[in-house]
Amino acid sequence: MTDIATSPPRESSLTALFKHSRYVLGENPVTGFAFALFVLIVLASVFGPHIVPYDPLASDTTQALKPPNAHHWFGTDQLGRDVFSRVVVATRLDFFIAIASVALVFLMGGLAGVAAGFFGGWTDRIVGRIADTIMAFPLFVLAMGIVAALGNTVQNIVLATAIVNFPLYARIARAEANIRRDAGFVEAARLSGNSDWRILSFQILPNVFPILVVQMSLTMGYAILNAAGLSFIGLGVRPPTPEWGIMVAEGSAFMVSGEWWNATFPGAALMVAVFCFNLLGDGLRDMVDPRRRT
Amino acid sequence: MLTMILKRLMMAIPSLIGVVIVTFLLTRALPGDPAAYFAGPAATPQAIQEIRVKLGLDRPLIVQFGHYVDDLAHGNLGTSLTTGQPVASELRNRLPASAELTLLGLIVSIIIAVPLGILAATKPNSLLDHACRIVATAGVSLPVFFTGLILVYVFYYQLGWAPAPLGRLDVFFTEPPHVTGFYLIDSLIARDPETFMAALKQLILPALTLAIFSLAPIARMTRASMLAVLSSDFVRTARASGLSAYTVIITYAFRNAMLPVITTLGMVFSFLLGANVLVEKVFAWPGIGSYAVEALLASDFAPVQGFVLTMAVMYVAINLMIDVLYGVIDPRVRLDA
Repeated sequence: MTDIATSPPRESSLTALFKHSRYVLGENPVTGFAFALFVLIVLASVFGPHIVPYDPLASDTTQALKPPNAHHWFGTDQLGRDVFSRVVVATRLDFFIAIASVALVFLMGGLAGVAAGFFGGWTDRIVGRIADTIMAFPLFVLAMGIVAALGNTVQNIVLATAIVNFPLYARIARAEANIRRDAGFVEAARLSGNSDWRILSFQILPNVFPILVVQMSLTMGYAILNAAGLSFIGLGVRPPTPEWGIMVAEGSAFMVSGEWWNATFPGAALMVAVFCFNLLGDGLRDMVDPRRRT
Repeated sequence: MLTMILKRLMMAIPSLIGVVIVTFLLTRALPGDPAAYFAGPAATPQAIQEIRVKLGLDRPLIVQFGHYVDDLAHGNLGTSLTTGQPVASELRNRLPASAELTLLGLIVSIIIAVPLGILAATKPNSLLDHACRIVATAGVSLPVFFTGLILVYVFYYQLGWAPAPLGRLDVFFTEPPHVTGFYLIDSLIARDPETFMAALKQLILPALTLAIFSLAPIARMTRASMLAVLSSDFVRTARASGLSAYTVIITYAFRNAMLPVITTLGMVFSFLLGANVLVEKVFAWPGIGSYAVEALLASDFAPVQGFVLTMAVMYVAINLMIDVLYGVIDPRVRLDA
């Protein structure tokens, strides 16, 4: 059962994937560009605090509200803090919130959806009802309510962002598990005496996994926007912590008096990150599921 | 038709029950002891106990839920701690401001996105098609509060075309007599063109912000569904019969292509109602979103809860209307029901 039937030699499938990825990347240079941006974001979040020219929290009132210049590339804010350093350092927190919330919803929604699709019956009904209830709310509003109720912390922002994305993951996982529950390889596994849980973990989950990973990269952008939106209205992250949403909020007061750099640079960073994740998600989807290529 | 509407109404009931349960659970999930929280920091244990009894917090959860539902049925959403006003009446006073902004944003968005999508679909791979794709991708990547700020900077600070982003009317104008609560409509009823223009000027930027935000999904969906319809048999037949391009595209293709677009409107509204909160904050718009944000910052929970509930109920109602509209446009849906 194990040797011949299941997996072709591992190396060749990896090489094939690599070749296929290179083909898709060559086909669509935009995905390559997005991937380069992604690497930049990862680098900034890992090394950001060590390479920035100024301490992101150090204020210098003699240098307050200076426009971008040779010393302060993105200018300085109302307390004289270097905007460039703050934007770079903020990458780590925003990236962490996005990754953590997406990973969390991947676990919650993915597992619940796969179980619902595979077992059907009551499991399906309960998961479906929970998803429907969440969908009955405008998502950002529900996230606001959750953070307000559970307490104003970064963890709760992560949790709220995960919860509002739950229906999306649960539905996709449910549909994918459902079409496979009676597939030939599942029947074969069942006939050779595997338990339901074993089939679920070793036959169904590995098949649904790539589709959910694509979904993760597609929702990363939304997760960042959601978290930044929450901190823009004053939830979650507190000043003086550098975070893009809160920096835009702090800079917004100066927009009407012409000090544009305070809000524009963190806003632009946010935009670039979301743009990168959306492009990357589209590219990944093309790799995993060529039929849905647009 | 009527049976279809009734059936759809029945389907909305479980959603409403779910919404009520979730908002109830959200209050009970408040960190710490709600009674101590409502009593304030300087309260004695005895005062806290009194408040607990007064709020019914000493009783089982299911009884509390019964009281909560009872209050809701009487339109009682609690009282705001900071303003001392009943939440329900404050929400009612502020709702027209939000509704006017959101609806105008949606209208502007449809006026731009639908023709853009149609033109992009009729000329695939043209310049316009690429423009449509760029708009659609950029639109979903732009944080809505950031778009609003950029518009303020360009049109208020740089060009001076727009008024200061401070609410619904300039201080020199008085609000029109209350009929609908929509300043644009009320000022027209009062035959006051100056107030109408002033209100419109204040509205343009926030509405445009919302429009830019919701443009992407509508344009994308219009384009995709127009493309599908334009390659179908009946359109080819219509073309072969020598009908004018206009008749084929608008009368034959567009009507059929509208159905998936209307379905996406439900999702668009979910985003719009959320984005509304952020836009109201940027433009100091006195709607229910900024009311909720102010309450949030003051840790005043009753308004937030009332706000979440109001938004959810409105969203359920909007989805209901979209489904009914769907039935009006497409007779096949009615037959299925």
